Amino acid sequence: MTAGTGNFANAVLHPDAALPAGLTDGNGQPAGRRFNVLRNNVASSLGEALRTGFPVITKLLGTENMKAIAAMYLRAHPPRSPVLSAFGTDLPEFLAGLPQLSHLGYLPDIARLELALRASYHAADAPALDPSRLTELSPQDLTEATLSFTPSLRLMRSRWPIHAIWLRNTQDDAPKPEAAPQDVLITRREFDPTPHLLPPGGADWIAAVSNGKSLGDALDIAKAAAPDFDPASTLAILLRGNALTSLTLKDQRP
Amino acid sequence: MLDTARLNRLPAAPGVGFKPQHFAAIMEDAGPVRWLEVHAENYMGDGGRPLAQLRALAERFAISVHGVGLSIGGAQPLDKDHLARLAKLVGWLNPASFSEHLAWSSHGNTYLNDLLPLPYTNATLTRVAEHIDTVQSTLGRPMLLENPSSYLAFAESTWSEPEFLAELARRTGCGLLLDVNNVFISSVNLGFTPKGYLDAFPLSRVAEIHVGGHDHDADDHGAALLIDSHARPVAPPVWDLLADVLARTGPCPILVEWDNDVPDWPTLRDEACRAEHALQTGAVG
Repeated sequence: MTAGTGNFANAVLHPDAALPAGLTDGNGQPAGRRFNVLRNNVASSLGEALRTGFPVITKLLGTENMKAIAAMYLRAHPPRSPVLSAFGTDLPEFLAGLPQLSHLGYLPDIARLELALRASYHAADAPALDPSRLTELSPQDLTEATLSFTPSLRLMRSRWPIHAIWLRNTQDDAPKPEAAPQDVLITRREFDPTPHLLPPGGADWIAAVSNGKSLGDALDIAKAAAPDFDPASTLAILLRGNALTSLTLKDQRP
Repeated sequence: MLDTARLNRLPAAPGVGFKPQHFAAIMEDAGPVRWLEVHAENYMGDGGRPLAQLRALAERFAISVHGVGLSIGGAQPLDKDHLARLAKLVGWLNPASFSEHLAWSSHGNTYLNDLLPLPYTNATLTRVAEHIDTVQSTLGRPMLLENPSSYLAFAESTWSEPEFLAELARRTGCGLLLDVNNVFISSVNLGFTPKGYLDAFPLSRVAEIHVGGHDHDADDHGAALLIDSHARPVAPPVWDLLADVLARTGPCPILVEWDNDVPDWPTLRDEACRAEHALQTGAVG
């Protein structure tokens, strides 16, 4: 049955493929278009999964265009796992490779942002650090300390105004996006991931802290990228988002 | 009568398929609903709202974990990674029941997200029985296997569906989940009578019943083709068939399925009330 299953699976996924042999209507007649019920179930359920997983991409493209792109996508990149929260991870590259969308250069990064939001939504829970752990430290100790982030935190850098585009398509009163690179930090205070716009240097600082640099060293790295960087606003985003899980003093490190 | 208490711990009462948008309303007023079904594959993440909701629901309701992605009816060995994810979920949740489908959904490493049909032959019987054995030994508990809805048949089949299911249950010790809507759909689509199907079905092994809504279409010859859409209320003939089944099985856990065009909670709760009425009277007024 393995070869038969392969033919069957191929015919389910590809509407132009020949129907598998030996299928009937239960009374000896060929199954004919009855097979299309299975094709429709597969295409419509996976198309809906993509639209649910990429609501802003769907809004930017329009539902009908998204349906057409989903039909192409699911044949090129069918799900590899029954866990559909992982379906669509190849969509950014797929969109980037479609010539008819080349005038919408920001689409792949918007798709990456939506994947990051979904990954944050399903990420593990972790107890947040008590903010007083930061304020009670001497300036010297704070400079030498390192921080750990919660598993639901996501950082994304883009040459496109991805935060502004995301806001414009999810909130009624958001302003029109203007061309500019934007860095986004996704926090999940409880259950709902929220994208925040980072100031210049913020992404450098977050990346350095994430890599285990002390807060002082991370500040030097961020200031090299953006001389005016002040970590206060970025740290406030992290604290409000329950994104810090632990603080380690210099003398506690191995 | 088989000791169905060993097969699951669901109450002989109405249950519904849980939808996240109903969470607050169910906690506020569950009506007659005493248990909830969740699809296993939606709760395999690491954390966040899905798992938090499931933990909260499990404190109030018996939970049935219903898999849709194991591909038990498939030609290839079960996906070990997926089986491990399932064992993890069943391990921490310790649900009242675990069930899956007589169907396949994966080929190679492609997952097709539909419950696809298989021929009923001695070869497929052996393979499906092995898969059920693997699931039951991995989870350390018996499972329930659900009869599919059919749109077509295989010329090579040598077993009838109820006899195939009966033999699987006999060989593996699994229980059966009787989807009454699927029986009705398949009977219309393949041209048999529900009564004949039920007469051949091993009702003593039924530990849970499903009802749900279907849509109407037609085949190449204009014959009625019912679609298992789960997108509307349960149809009157399916309620009638449920009453026939309950008259033979006695009280049983009954799940109302509504997975697409999901209504507000009061509408779904009303369907659960009809299921409760069927349980109390053996008929739906």
